[in-house]
Amino acid sequence: MTPLSALLVRDMRLAVRVGGGALMGVLFFLIVVTLVPFAVGPDLAQLQRIGPAILWIGALLASLLALDRLFAADHEDGSLDLLLMGRAPLELVVLVKAAAHWITTGLPLVLVTPLLGLFLNLEPSAIGRTALALLLGTPALTCIGLVGAALSVALRRGGLLLPVLVLPLTVPVLIFGVAASSAPAAAPATALMILGALTLMSVVLGPFAAAAALRHGLE
Amino acid sequence: MALIDLANPTRFLAFTARVLPWLAVATAIAFAVGLYLSWFAPDDYQQGATVKIMFIHVPNAWLSMAVWAVMTLASLGTLVWRHPLADVAAKSAAPLGAAFTFLALLTGSLWGRPMWGTYWVWDARLTSVLVLFLMYLGVIALWRTVDDPTRAGRAAAILTLVGAVNLPIIKFSVDWWNTLHQGASVIRIGGPTIDPTILRPLLVMGLAFILLFVTLHLAAMRNEILRRRVRTLWLMQAHAAQGA
Repeated sequence: MTPLSALLVRDMRLAVRVGGGALMGVLFFLIVVTLVPFAVGPDLAQLQRIGPAILWIGALLASLLALDRLFAADHEDGSLDLLLMGRAPLELVVLVKAAAHWITTGLPLVLVTPLLGLFLNLEPSAIGRTALALLLGTPALTCIGLVGAALSVALRRGGLLLPVLVLPLTVPVLIFGVAASSAPAAAPATALMILGALTLMSVVLGPFAAAAALRHGLE
Repeated sequence: MALIDLANPTRFLAFTARVLPWLAVATAIAFAVGLYLSWFAPDDYQQGATVKIMFIHVPNAWLSMAVWAVMTLASLGTLVWRHPLADVAAKSAAPLGAAFTFLALLTGSLWGRPMWGTYWVWDARLTSVLVLFLMYLGVIALWRTVDDPTRAGRAAAILTLVGAVNLPIIKFSVDWWNTLHQGASVIRIGGPTIDPTILRPLLVMGLAFILLFVTLHLAAMRNEILRRRVRTLWLMQAHAAQGA
């Protein structure tokens, strides 16, 4: 097994076994989606209109939760230093960790979206569009969050710094994600394509920025 | 004395101590001329005298983006060329940029109420400038959260470079989307479309605000250098007390 695939398997195992793992993100997603009808009222027509937006904000916040564990846990026990000194390029290492994060956090969110779409009275076509948009957009959320996680890795009292740094950068993904989810049959493709472009850009550029942040921040 | 000599903090302090009073006077004169020209500029045939908010709103908006560009150059200085004063420049510029962005949003909002009928609208220009304001606050938060100024400087440099992608989005937002905010009328292909009687006060006020930024920025950089010296002295004192 190559070192990078070993790292992927290790990260996935850690994410699933330690600290609630994938199900914690799903549970948070479920709680957020449940809270919103309490706040805005149970009017089904209104919930149907804002449903995709609620699902996207829930997915965004749930992704954000697992991000600070991404590098901080490895920093605390010293494995991050080993990764920095290893032969594999740091950018690839970071990309592999992002992949592990997405598979264990982003993908379960996408899989549970149809169930939550039912709670929000979304039409089956809307559920399908939202799930597809989330599938396309959650990697972008992971890779953008990667940069914030790398910047705040060595902070003792990071607290809310990570969301403060990451959320403004995820605004385009949110805008086009909701547009792709709630677009009528007329022009769903444009928003989806821009969303795909954002994902491709962040998957390529995010690891470089995150690797630079790790190198400079841990000297 | 070559420009590179200014990279030495002591020489920089000496240089700015000589230059700042002149810059301050130049800023005051530019504002006096600009405000005089703005006061006596003609009223717009549609907006009346309300158009004169533009003479404050537009320079603030220009500077909000220009300051992030200055921070981006300073970040390159930190990461690529390891310039000693680059992170001092970036740290000093951030609160100034946040202030200009806030004033741009505030004056724009006050202008929007009589003109558009609303204080706020979620169109592309206003939203992207609000996101810029949030990013300014994020960079300032990052500076304050990391103790060591040098490490904070490198982290903030990376964040600034990542955030620089917002600048073209703001500039071209009125072209790419259907916005309530009007399109570009000064910095555009084909030259400005504003009448010279209104363009001239606008450009003078723009110059005044640029001089204001340069003056405040150099003053803030002086303060930051002195602040770091105080911190070093504290650390030395604490270390000596510990060793005794």
